[in-house]
Amino acid sequence: MADDKNRMGKVMNEQEKFEKRKKITKYVLITISVLFVFFMLVMPLFCIVSSSLKQGLGFYFKSVSSKYVVSALKVTLFATVIAVVINTFFGLCAAWVTTKFSFKGKQVLATLIDIPFSISPVIVGLAFLMTFGRLGWFYPVIRWFNSVFGANVRIAFAIPGVVLATIFVTFPFVSREIIPVLNAQGKDEEEAAALMGAGGFKIFFKITFPQIKWALIYGIILCTSRALGEFGAVNALSKTRGETFTLPLEIDALYMSGTENSITAAFAASSILVIIAVVVLVLRNILEYRAKKKGQEQAAS
Amino acid sequence: MEETVKLKKAKKTRVIPGFKLTMGITVTMLSLIVLIPLASVMVYSLKLPPSEFIKLITKQNVVYAFTTSIVCSFIAAVINVIFGVILAWTLVKYDFPGKRILDGFIELPFALPTAVAGITLSKMYSDTGILGKPLAAIGIKVSYTHLGIIVALIFIGIPFVVRNVQPVLEKLDGQYEEAAYILGASPSKTFFKVILPELRPAILTGFGLAFARGIGEYGSVIYISGNSAKEHTQVVSYVIMQKLSYIDYASATAIALVMLVISFLLLFAINVIQMKQAKRTNNI
Repeated sequence: MADDKNRMGKVMNEQEKFEKRKKITKYVLITISVLFVFFMLVMPLFCIVSSSLKQGLGFYFKSVSSKYVVSALKVTLFATVIAVVINTFFGLCAAWVTTKFSFKGKQVLATLIDIPFSISPVIVGLAFLMTFGRLGWFYPVIRWFNSVFGANVRIAFAIPGVVLATIFVTFPFVSREIIPVLNAQGKDEEEAAALMGAGGFKIFFKITFPQIKWALIYGIILCTSRALGEFGAVNALSKTRGETFTLPLEIDALYMSGTENSITAAFAASSILVIIAVVVLVLRNILEYRAKKKGQEQAAS
Repeated sequence: MEETVKLKKAKKTRVIPGFKLTMGITVTMLSLIVLIPLASVMVYSLKLPPSEFIKLITKQNVVYAFTTSIVCSFIAAVINVIFGVILAWTLVKYDFPGKRILDGFIELPFALPTAVAGITLSKMYSDTGILGKPLAAIGIKVSYTHLGIIVALIFIGIPFVVRNVQPVLEKLDGQYEEAAYILGASPSKTFFKVILPELRPAILTGFGLAFARGIGEYGSVIYISGNSAKEHTQVVSYVIMQKLSYIDYASATAIALVMLVISFLLLFAINVIQMKQAKRTNNI
C-alpha cells in the first residue's frame, strides 16, 4: 500500500514536472515567435510609415502627388489591370483542364505553369528583351509590321514590355489558388450535369463557379498585389522615367538619388504600395477565416 | 479483366465538355507568355561557342556572385527553417492573445513589394537606422555586408517555411506524441524522433522554396547588399542586370542560363519530395 502510494506520488511529481516543463517551453516558444515577427516583420512596416512622414504631412502629400509618381502609378495600375484580367482568364482555363480531365503529361503541364514562381524576375526581363529587343528573333517581325503599316510599335523599353513582364510574373497566381479547391471537390457533379445535358458554360456558372468563388477572389487579390509590386522584371524592360516607369521603379529612382528629400519621397511613394499590401493581408485573413468557418459548419452538419 | 478494360475505356471518354477549348487556351498562353521568351534566352546562350560560354561564366566576379547568392540563400534558408518551425509550432499548438495578428504578419513579405522591402531593410540596418545603430555600437555591421544579404533573404523566405509546415502540423495526430510520452520518451526526444520525421517533407519543401527564391532574389537584396565587387557583395541577379545595362547580352544570357538550370533542378527536387509525400500519405 505504502509502496503504491509512494509510486503514485512519484508519478504525480513527474507529471507535474512534465507539465511545468511543457509550460516553460510554451512561453519560450511564444516569446521567440513574437520577437522574431516583431523585429523581422512589424518593425520594417513601422519604419516605412515613420520614414515617409519624417518631413511632415505637407511634404508627404507633395511627394505622393508629384508628376513622376502620378505617371508611375498610372502605368502600374494599367499593367496590373491587364495582368489580372488575362491571368484570371488563363487561371480558370488551366484549372478546368487540369482538374476536370485526365490526360498524359498533366503533371508536366502543372509544373510548366508554376515556372514563373521559381524564376528570378531579372531573368524574366532578360527573356523579353531577348525576344522583342534588337537581338530578339521577334524584332524583325515588329520592324516589318512598323514599315508596312507605318506604325511605331515597340515592346521592349515601352509599355507593352512592362505589361508582358507583369503578366509573366503573376501568371500562376489565380490557377494555383483554384486548382486545390477543384481537386478536393472532384468532378462528379459536373459529370452528372453534363450527362443530363447541360452545356459547358452552364456547368461552369451553375456548379463550378460557386465552389471556387472565394479561392478565385483570393487568387485575384494575390495577383493584384504581386503585379503592383513587381520590380526586377520591369526594371530590365523600362528605362524612361515619367513614361514607362512603374511605381516600384519610381521608388528605386527616388531612393537612388540619395538626397534626404528624395529618400523621404521614396518612402512616401512606398506607403501607397504598403497600404495596398496591408489591405491584402487583412482581406486574406478574412477570406481564410470564412473558409475555415464554413469548413467547420460542414463538418458539424 | 474485361471489367477493368471497360472501366479504362469509360474513363477515356470525357463527359465534361470544354477539354479541347481550355487545353488549347492554356497551352497557347503558356507558350506565348512563358515558354517562348524563356526559350529565347536558352537559344541565344547556347549559340555562344562553349569555350566562350565557359569563359563568361567563370569570370571572377561572376563566380563570386554565384558563391555569394548560393551561400547567403543557404544560410538564410537554414535560419528560416529553425524559426519557421518554431513559428508554425507556436501558431498551431498554443493559444495566446494576438495570435491571429501574428499569423497575419507572416504573409507580409509576400504582400510587400520587394523594392519597398529592400529600401526599408537597408535603411533600418544602416549605421544610422533604428536597428543598425545599436548593432553598429556593438561592432556588427549589417547593411552593405553579407549579413545584410542574409537578413533580406530571411525576410522574404520566412513565409515559405511557415506556410508549408503549418498545415502538416495541424493534421498531425496527437496520438504519436502521447504514445511516445507514455513509452517514456522525453519531450525533446519526442520532438526530434517522432514529430520531426513527420514534418521533414514539409520542411524540405519550405527550405527548397526559400532557397530557390533567395538565389534569384533581386529587389529586396540590392539595396542592403551594397553591390561591391571588391567585398563580394554582388548577387547573381544584380550582375545580370549590370551586364544588361552595359548591353553585354552574351554574359547576361550565359549567367541567366546557369541560374535557370539551378532553379529547374531545385523545382524538380521539390516536386519529387512532394510526390513522395503524397504517396506516403495516401498509403496510410
